[in-house]
Amino acid sequence: MGQNVLLPCRRVFSDTLFELAKEDKDIVVLTSDSRGSASVENFAEYLPEQFIEVGIAEQNLVSIASGLAGCGKKPFVFSPACFLSARSLEQIKIDVAYTNRNVKLIGVSGGVSYGPLGSTHHSLEDIAFMRAIPNMTVILPSDTNQTRVLVKKLVSYTGPVYVRMGRNPVENVYQSEAPFEIGKGNILLDGDDVTIIATGEVVKMAYDAGMLLKEKGIYARVIDMHTVKPVDEEIIIESAKKTGFIITVEEHNIKGGLGSVVAEVIVQKFPVKMVILGIPDQFAITGTQKEILRYYGITPEGICDIVLKELKG
Amino acid sequence: MEEEEVRYLESKAKEIRRTIVEMIYNAKSGHIGGALSSVDILVTLFYKVLRIDPKNPASPDRDRFILSKGHSVEGYYAILADLGFINREELKTYCRFNSRLTGHPTVKVPGVEANTGSLGHGLSIGVGMALAGKMDKRNYRVYVLMGDGEQAEGSVWEAGMSASHYKLDNIIGIIDRNRLQIGGSTESVMSLESLSAKWSAFGWEVKEVDGHSFKELIDVLGNTPLTLNKPTLIIAHTIKGKGISFIENRAEWHHRVPTDEEFIKMMEELTQEG
Repeated sequence: MGQNVLLPCRRVFSDTLFELAKEDKDIVVLTSDSRGSASVENFAEYLPEQFIEVGIAEQNLVSIASGLAGCGKKPFVFSPACFLSARSLEQIKIDVAYTNRNVKLIGVSGGVSYGPLGSTHHSLEDIAFMRAIPNMTVILPSDTNQTRVLVKKLVSYTGPVYVRMGRNPVENVYQSEAPFEIGKGNILLDGDDVTIIATGEVVKMAYDAGMLLKEKGIYARVIDMHTVKPVDEEIIIESAKKTGFIITVEEHNIKGGLGSVVAEVIVQKFPVKMVILGIPDQFAITGTQKEILRYYGITPEGICDIVLKELKG
Repeated sequence: MEEEEVRYLESKAKEIRRTIVEMIYNAKSGHIGGALSSVDILVTLFYKVLRIDPKNPASPDRDRFILSKGHSVEGYYAILADLGFINREELKTYCRFNSRLTGHPTVKVPGVEANTGSLGHGLSIGVGMALAGKMDKRNYRVYVLMGDGEQAEGSVWEAGMSASHYKLDNIIGIIDRNRLQIGGSTESVMSLESLSAKWSAFGWEVKEVDGHSFKELIDVLGNTPLTLNKPTLIIAHTIKGKGISFIENRAEWHHRVPTDEEFIKMMEELTQEG
């Protein structure tokens, strides 16, 4: 496969897990008639004894995973993020988090990546839902290189985790399998003028914004906050002190997501000026993922404009 | 021999009923009606059917029991204490500040397999455990006790569909069919009948028994699967508040706490011979 072929994170997630599952028979993949969107056909075909189809029944999906984990299995539950995070929310709260079972919840086609299908298929509340649940870890990988490392980490990590990925091919943020530690933000660019913190597949835009700002003589610190919970408080506080201004970028409702997480930290530890960029508190406009994000100003240029305006003001 | 066994279980059940009433009276909290209707089912399972060992509660080959109707927890705790999973003294902490003996069971308590209390989860969790058993070629069985009001939860039927799809003959669902729920009779709140036909249609082998007859309970629970490659569903016809004449079949005793006078009368009834 050529180096320049861009893949969706979900494809790379599944392929990486498949290789690990060949060696670890306790890895079990579950889907709710979502083997295609989750890219787990390989399990269905080649590792059927480690694959459980539950049909379109997300509640059953998550509770079954809890039962499997209670018997020592390592279930990975794949379903579109919109359904997984909302339809089975109580099962996640009780059967996974409250019971503290080793279940990995893999939300695919998240954010607005189902674009024109409308708000039934958008998941713009999932970070808010998941991060309000004790014991839960919430991770949004930014590209396929990071996803590959993430999968390896997840297999050896014990405990409930929610992962959200998009549907579409993503450009690389990292050129190779970059260092990855759950709960530790990655500094992609460093600077003193402003901090841009992003999570998930919009991290690339934050990085590009940082590069654009550099051309204008403004030095941004850009952080990939792949782990939204437990969040890397240290790096947030350090960035607040260093740059005095933080902008957060996410493919999520501006209420309850990464922006809220960062605000909760700085307002208590080191208050500085902040802008939360994301989808406003409304059911999002429809179109392609790119069109939707552009409409709400979630582009490198949009991020630059906010920074320039705030720094001038 | 069998009669002797039945007599033993009957006396055990009476003892557990007394403990339940004491726990609820002391805590001023609990679900007395459903706790008493399910006692004989629990006693049959824990003293006769389940292959479990209080000294090795995490054995991978143990039978699994899930109390999906998590509000009937008092009898469960009383039995776990009697069998030595937990200390009998600990029962006094039931529903007290920071006690692990909460009003619905959690896995913090040795012998408990799932945190329950929100209805409609237990059977699905049981399906997961039954699938794991098949994958690992272990011979354990998974028993899930549900309420009848709980049958209105859609997720119960998701679980039902999946258990027969995967031919899980190692799972046994039991419905405590006491015909009452918090708001009145099950048939007035949300009609369940014909419950047996519904479960049959979902691919389960269904058997109806008197949920207070140890003989009938042993006959069915001790002989599962009833049909190879099919999950077993037992509808246990019970009486809410069973064992105490003045609360039997009365919906208001779903979670009423006895007064001092009522408590004395209850304990009197539960100490009588026969």
